[in-house]
Amino acid sequence: MSKPLSIVKSRFIPINIENIDTDQIIPARFLKATTKEGFGKNLFRDWRYENDDETKPKADFPLNQAQYSGEILVAGKNFGCGSSREHAAWSILDYGFRVVVSSFFADIFKNNALNNGVLPVQVSDGFLQKIFARDAESELTVDLAQQTISISSTGENESFDINSYKKTCLLNGYDDIDFLLSIKPEIETFETGRE
Amino acid sequence: MNDFTDNMESNNHTNSSSTPSLRAGGTTLFEKIWEKHIVKTIEDGPSVLYIDKHLIHEVTSPQAFTGLNKRGINVFRPKQIVATADHNVPTLNQHLPIKEELGRKQVEALIKNCAEHGVELYGLGHPFQGIVHVIGPELGITQPGMTIVCGDSHTSTHGAFGSIAFGIGTSEVEMVMATQCLLQSKPKLMRITVDGTLNEGVVSKDIVLYILSKISASGATGYAVEFAGTAIRSLSMEARMTICNMSIEMGGRCGLIAPDETTFNYIKGRKFAPKGTDWDQRLASWKELYSDTNAAFDKEYHFNAEDIQPMITYGTNPGMGIGVNENIPTTETIHETDRSGLAKSLAYMGLRQGMPIKGQKIDYVFIGSCTNSRIEDLRMVASFVKGKKKDDSVEVWVVPGSKQVEAQAIKEGIDKVFEEAGFQLRQPGCSACLGMNEDKIPAGKYCISTSNRNFEGRQGAGARTLLASPLTAAAAAITGKVSDIRDLLQLNN
Repeated sequence: MSKPLSIVKSRFIPINIENIDTDQIIPARFLKATTKEGFGKNLFRDWRYENDDETKPKADFPLNQAQYSGEILVAGKNFGCGSSREHAAWSILDYGFRVVVSSFFADIFKNNALNNGVLPVQVSDGFLQKIFARDAESELTVDLAQQTISISSTGENESFDINSYKKTCLLNGYDDIDFLLSIKPEIETFETGRE
Repeated sequence: MNDFTDNMESNNHTNSSSTPSLRAGGTTLFEKIWEKHIVKTIEDGPSVLYIDKHLIHEVTSPQAFTGLNKRGINVFRPKQIVATADHNVPTLNQHLPIKEELGRKQVEALIKNCAEHGVELYGLGHPFQGIVHVIGPELGITQPGMTIVCGDSHTSTHGAFGSIAFGIGTSEVEMVMATQCLLQSKPKLMRITVDGTLNEGVVSKDIVLYILSKISASGATGYAVEFAGTAIRSLSMEARMTICNMSIEMGGRCGLIAPDETTFNYIKGRKFAPKGTDWDQRLASWKELYSDTNAAFDKEYHFNAEDIQPMITYGTNPGMGIGVNENIPTTETIHETDRSGLAKSLAYMGLRQGMPIKGQKIDYVFIGSCTNSRIEDLRMVASFVKGKKKDDSVEVWVVPGSKQVEAQAIKEGIDKVFEEAGFQLRQPGCSACLGMNEDKIPAGKYCISTSNRNFEGRQGAGARTLLASPLTAAAAAITGKVSDIRDLLQLNN
């Protein structure tokens, strides 16, 4: 079970960089945990701090800039490429994000996010640039049931895709394991048929 | 590159229905395997895909076992799982306890979890231990027609045998442990054909770096990629694994190559390969695994092997590669996919637009990783290095992919060749590919690496990675700078 998600209305934190890979989201040296909690403090670790020192935040990185806040991360295209580490999704969730907006997502990251109640919203390049052009006070509204994202101040909006199974899961906080466990007899029948 | 442009154009605007001549029927290799593994399909949703083999390691499995324990359920099919410790293990003194506490705890958790759930573990000290994507094939666990998953993106490696193999997250690791199934949407299909004969000094790593430089690090996102053509067919199994390994670097869900005699000969006689009449039956079914001549792909690329030179990357994604004699692109000449990131990449790398990469000073050479740590890689390096010494200014680490590779290298005297050259032959693990253990490249230093990712900080915070083939890496070890292996091969003759 993850926390259900329906409408997120919030300011956003923009990271206008393309091809953000999972090694940037959470560097490998922080993968040595055996639980899913506590990764948020190391989110974007090497872009966030000078010389790996938490007392020296890099002033030009959006996570360190007081004007930016919110539950929505907005990033350049091909977000989450590289390693399959689910720690990337855990760190984003643990930091406080429920939605990531980009014009393109890597496959494995997208699945990992959805499996943790984080909604990846894929928008057009044009709409992404419109969001980046807004100031820090602007809010975005993501409505999962309607499958729309809008810029609150201007009303500009776009619809996004999500398969209906995953949508139902997110709206209700269901997870795939519950579903798969519920069809175990069918899986066993399938196995028998293969032998 | 030749006639792929038309296909690209059509695919930019429409889906595959725009190429009706290709849609006449016929089934692709991917579809043949996929369809045999569908338990059921959810209406307007994903399919329930049955998984034949599940490989696990210490870094992405602990939370999955915890999840099972919280639900109070056992591993559903423990005999279909194989475990090893590879990601954070030291590559020196593996007989001693792991010094680093968190890494040690992960390895201990793996031992405990495998024992509790009845999963076979090839842990530290076991003669089969090694990088998960090296040991699967060498033990004959990886076989054509299978579905194979692992909580590691380079699971695509196993596709070289004509299997559907892909990386998954830890929630999915838990799903497979619980039900031997995953919910998956069918990817689109891409075929990349490389025809012709490879130039001297050009090996499979160069092929895949070349393809990446042409289609970019996101060029295959959403696709299963089949590699075909005479140049691919001519490769050994280990060389094919290098190509499928890096299909994830193009964003591909998986990479695969139709099995042939090369594949069957590689598998036959391996520890877990089918034996006797079982072998005969399996072999007959494996021979059906190819894309029909009239099978349709959503996207196709064609490349000529003769156009490929020894490759090297200059930037911070694996698509940012050039021939070793070429100059680093400028904002005007670079592929548009990487235009916006070029300045940031080069600032990180300490390199400039338009400058030649050949002659760039190197501090470290890393020969290893699931991309290039197999016995053929070590043989290739040894045959070039024999009788030579490394440059004084470089440190050279050779990390074999498995205990079996290490044992074979020692048996063949490759360890002696490396010792005389001043190369350190270490013990098996992922090592400096991702720097989870002590094998980190210091900030600002240049490492020519046979691994798969040149992301910022991948080999250590601030480390600067140049990806290349084992031959090009070996050339740099001898000269201390980025070199064209062909210049040195000529000196040999």
